[in-house]
Order: sequence, then C-alpha cells, then structure tokens
Amino acid sequence: MTQAFNMADLSTALPEVVLSLVAMVILMLDFIVPKGRRDWLGYLSVLGVLLTLMVLCRQWGATQSAFSGQYLIDPFALFFKILFLASGGLIILMSIGYLRGEGADSGEFYALILFATLGMMLMASAVDLLILYIGLETMSICIYVLAGFLKRERRSNEAALKYLLMGGFSSAIILYGIVMLYGLTGATGLKEIASTLTADTLSNPALILAMVMLAAGFGFKIAAVPFHMYIPDVYEGAPTPITALLAAASEIAGLVILLRVFLVAIPGLQDRWALLFYVLSLLTMTVGNVVAIAQSNIKRMLAYSSIAHIGYLLIGVVAGRELGISATLLYTVVYALMTLGAFAMVILLCVGEVKGERIDDFAGLAQRSPMAAAAMLILLLSLAGVPPTAGFVGKLYLFGAAIERGYILLALIAVVNSAISLFYYMKVAVAMYMRDLPPAGLALSPSRPLRVVLFVTVVGTLAIGIYPGPFLDLAKSSIAGLW
Amino acid sequence: MRGAGCGVRGAMTGTVPLSAYLILSAALFAIGVIGVVIRRNALIIFMAIELMLNAVNLTFVAFSKFLGSMDGQIIVFFVMAVAAAEVALGLAIIIALYRNKESVNVDDINLLKG
Amino acid sequence: MLLSYLPILILVLLAAGFALATLFLSSALGPRRPSKDKLSTYECGIDPVGSARERFSVKFYLVAMLFIIFDIEIVFLYPWAVILNSLGLFGLVEMFFFLGILLIGLLYVWKKGGLEWTT
Repeated sequence: MTQAFNMADLSTALPEVVLSLVAMVILMLDFIVPKGRRDWLGYLSVLGVLLTLMVLCRQWGATQSAFSGQYLIDPFALFFKILFLASGGLIILMSIGYLRGEGADSGEFYALILFATLGMMLMASAVDLLILYIGLETMSICIYVLAGFLKRERRSNEAALKYLLMGGFSSAIILYGIVMLYGLTGATGLKEIASTLTADTLSNPALILAMVMLAAGFGFKIAAVPFHMYIPDVYEGAPTPITALLAAASEIAGLVILLRVFLVAIPGLQDRWALLFYVLSLLTMTVGNVVAIAQSNIKRMLAYSSIAHIGYLLIGVVAGRELGISATLLYTVVYALMTLGAFAMVILLCVGEVKGERIDDFAGLAQRSPMAAAAMLILLLSLAGVPPTAGFVGKLYLFGAAIERGYILLALIAVVNSAISLFYYMKVAVAMYMRDLPPAGLALSPSRPLRVVLFVTVVGTLAIGIYPGPFLDLAKSSIAGLW
Repeated sequence: MRGAGCGVRGAMTGTVPLSAYLILSAALFAIGVIGVVIRRNALIIFMAIELMLNAVNLTFVAFSKFLGSMDGQIIVFFVMAVAAAEVALGLAIIIALYRNKESVNVDDINLLKG
Repeated sequence: MLLSYLPILILVLLAAGFALATLFLSSALGPRRPSKDKLSTYECGIDPVGSARERFSVKFYLVAMLFIIFDIEIVFLYPWAVILNSLGLFGLVEMFFFLGILLIGLLYVWKKGGLEWTT
C-alpha cells in the first residue's frame, strides 16, 4: 500500500462508481418526486442498473488488478457482477408494484437495493480481506434497513432486528478469522496469504481456527445448517422483494467470497475444508428439505428450500477444481432465476387483503389465471430439478462433478433429497391445479414490471434447461485463472 | 504469564508480549460470544457484538505492531466506521420495534416462530 | 519481568488507599446536621421538578445515532491529514469527494427532518 492510487485504478472500478452515483441521485430525487409518483424512481433505478451493465461489459474478458492489488477484475468477478446486477434489476422491478400495494413507495427503497448491489459487486472483485469485509458490510447494512422497511409492521421490525443481530454476530466471527489469517501471514491480500503459508504453518492450530471461524461466519451469510436458525424468520418477516434479494443475491454473494477465500487464500488446506463443507452440505440439504415439508407459509417453505439449495451449491465446492466450481457457478444462475421467479409469484398473489403467503392462497390458481399457474409450475419443477428445466441441468452437473471426484455417497444423498423436495413443491402444484378457487378469490392484476420479471425468470429457466451449452461454457471460462 | 508466551517479544525488555494481547482479546471475544448467546435484552446483545468487534480490533492492532505492518491499523479504522454504522442502524431498528411493541426483550419477539 | 510493573502496583495501591482514607476520614470526622434542603435532590439551586428517573425523549436516540455516524468520519480524516503532503493534489480531491458524499448524507437527514427537534 505504498503508492497513492491514480485515475487508471479508478477506471477499473467505473461500473461501481456509476452505480453508486445513480443510487445517490435516486436518493436525492426522492425529495423532488412527489409521493405516489415514485414508481418513476424505480424505473430510473433499472435504467441505472442497465447503464452499469453496459459499462461493466466493456471489461469482458479482461483481467486487471487495481488499487495496489486489492481489487481485481477477472472473468470470475464479471460473471457474478452481471448476475448481481441482473438480480438487483429484477428485484427493483418486482418492488415497484409491491411498494404501491403496501403504500410505502419511496426512492430510498430503490437506492438501498442499488447500494446493496454495489456491496455485492465489491465482494465479487475483492482479493483483499479488507475490501471483502467492506463489501460484505455495505451489502449487509443496506439489507438490514430493507428488511425492516415496513416500519408499521411488527413482523418486518422483528425480521430486521433478528437479521441485524445475527448478521453482526457473524461479521464479528468472520473478522476474527480474518485477523488470525493476518496475524499468521502479515498479509491481507489473498494471493499473498497463500504464498506466505508454508508447509509447516499449514498445520498451525491457529490457521485451523481461522479456517473454522471463516467457514462458520460465511456459513451464517449463506444460510448453511447449523447456522440457519434465523433465516426462515427473516425471510417471512421481510418485505417479499427483500426476501428475494436475500435468497437470490445476498446468499450467492456470500458464496462468492467463500469461494475466493478458500480457493485462493488457503488452497493448501483443501483436504480439511473439503471435509468441513462435505458435512455442511449434507446437513444443509437434508435439514432444509425435511423441514420444508411441514411449512404452510410459502415464504417459509421457500426459505427452507433456499437452505436446501445452498446445500446443493456446496456440493460443487466440495468437489472442487474446474468441474465442481463451474457446476456451482452454473447453479448460482439457475438458483437465482428460479428463486426470483418464485418470489415474484408470491408478490403476484398479493391482492387486497390476501398476502399470498399461505400455500392455501395458491388454491385454484389454474382457474384464476392459467398463465400464472403454468409459470409457477415451471418454476416449481425447476426448483425440484425435473427436466427439461434449468434446475435439472444444474443439478446434473453438480451431482456429476461429485461422482467424478469420488463423492458418491454425497451425490446419492443429494438425489434422495431432490426426491423429497419434489413432494413439497408438488403440494403447491396440487393446490393450484386440483383444488377449487376459494370464493373470495379476486382477479389477479399483475403490474407490468412484475410481468417482465416473471417472463424473464420463466424463459430463463426454460432456456438453460433446454440449451445449457453456452451457459456452461460461460461458467467454465469464468473460472479460468481463478487459481 | 511468561510461560504462555509464543516467543515474540518487543525489543525493549519489559514490553508486554504479544501473547498477552492475544489472550486478552480472545477473552473479550469469548465474553462477547457468551453475551450474545445468554443475554435476552436486544441492547445488551448488541453491546456484546460491539465487544466482539473491539476484541478483533485489539488483535489487529497488536498484530500490526508486532509484525511491523500498518495494514492491521488501517483495517481497524474501517472496522470502527462499519461498527458505528451498525450501531446507528441497530438503535434505529430497536426504536422502531419498541414503538410497536414496548419491549426490547428478544423472548418477546415471537411473532415469527423459528 | 513482572517486577518491572512494581511501581505501577505501588501507585495503584497508594491512589486507592488515599481515596479510601479520605472517604473514611470525612465520614468519621465531619459534623452531620441534615435538613430538608440539604437532603433534597440538587438541581442547580432551584426546587427539583419531577422524578429523576424520567424517561428520556426518543429524540435523544436520533441525535445519538446521527452523532455516531458523522463523528466517525474523523478516523479517516486524521490519518489523511497526517500524510496529506505526500498524497498531493489527488489525495486532497479524493477527501473532498468523501466529504461531499457525507454532505449529501447530511442534506438527506436535514430534508427528512432528522435535525428538527419539534415535529
């Protein structure tokens, strides 16, 4: 950290700069645009996201480090930045109608989503423990506020408080892991840490402590069992678009820094952490799927289902190397698409007094709106991993990677888990197609942006399911040079 | 105290050894963890989390001094700033909850069954 | 090595001893003539109003929160000021950007009515 940085460094972070400027402009415009017309701020935010994507795409294929080697743009970072921006844009689109329904339309909401996305982008590019921590906190702090955004609703307050306490706790644990790594190596850059760790320091108990602390802290952030206790409550209480943000983006952002830290900084300990994640993965998918069966609230069910999917994602981390990690990357896209779609459906059903949160609210959806029921069916099939959807392809590559690397038992348990998951996803499908419409069922009137979200997610899910080649190639080329 | 030392000592005789800082900060961190786990008042849990962060800060500064690298101290600045933001937010959320509920006891926060 | 801390121990003992001794001596030797005025709560000389265990207005919380946020910027300003000479113009501009962003935050708080005491 000797030389002061320069303009060239700043240009590598141009997408982030653009996004933060957009977010600040939205925040200021909140005072000018009158209440009731703040939908426009949402559309403006989406434009800002598109602008950032355009700036970002100029970095395609580039690998360049900046800010004294603390910040790195590489295909891996770019892959996740595009994913986060796309998720952020879709979440803003689904918020527009939701906020109007809750009578809480406000530019702050969009600005905070943009700032959270900014934090995730920082996390994707961080190759230094400090930047990694700042990105993580930028994201988390925004989401704490967003989770409690419906100030008058106690459930939202509770979700925010729970998330804040657990988030702060896990951040402190991650920091303790970071400080141990720093103390052992005297470095904060991930590459430098890896090069400083020699054979005899690798067996140092303090390093093992650091590894366990980091795994536990990241476990909280990605909602792995046994660090998942708060997740269902937070998911249920938070405003639905924010639940989608938590599930589809923030957990993946946690996974990104987990991958970076464990693959780049402590690859020497792979035997040990692969075992650790083996156990975590097994517990996470089993507990997630089994508990999901008993849920009657769809947001809670999707919460447990997202926990289960994190378990699947960890299989790729356990399998490791090109095959496993590229399968994980592919599955993050699949998972983000279908989760966003499922939560968009929950928002769609939010008509009048019906919050659309009970599985019973899905009863007779096929009569109310055949299109919506078909969309939900595709998303559910994908979540369960039935061909020809993206969920199937993603799982195929993940489980295939596990078998290739000799983790046959893990793959077997994952397949059994997928079968279990089919049961509770189909519960919703049965409600939609087999049960009668309750008499109070109002006509659905999805707002135009929500339709866009559903269209994008459903088409994306089908596209990856039918023609996965290009996406897999993209995932493969994104991890080249990660090590 | 000397027996627990891990060997790194300052140039000046009589300097507090690194191990003392590490033991102190580990103890503070553990107190923080216990506080989070057993206390039921949201404000106290919050203070326990702050204690954990400060224990980490102490470790950073100690390592930074003994390794002769400034990075640790810089990280401490950022951790302090982030912790301040978290505190402000935590207070705001606790007030919002109190206005609706008249309690800061986490056992009363039971609308969501976990 | 612990021996080198002996002077500190002596100082601690001396300080504590002196404090305890004066407390004890003043209560043992001092005359005690209580009256109503002497026993009442001291409130700058005027008659005390209400209970001391009153609940504070929640607005103090708001002030505290804002204070924490805008106070902590000093941890970045201080090291910056120390090495300003070697940072050059770029460092100066950079810090003004940082302060500018904080200023936006302050404007936001102001516009939102966070600085109003009465609403």
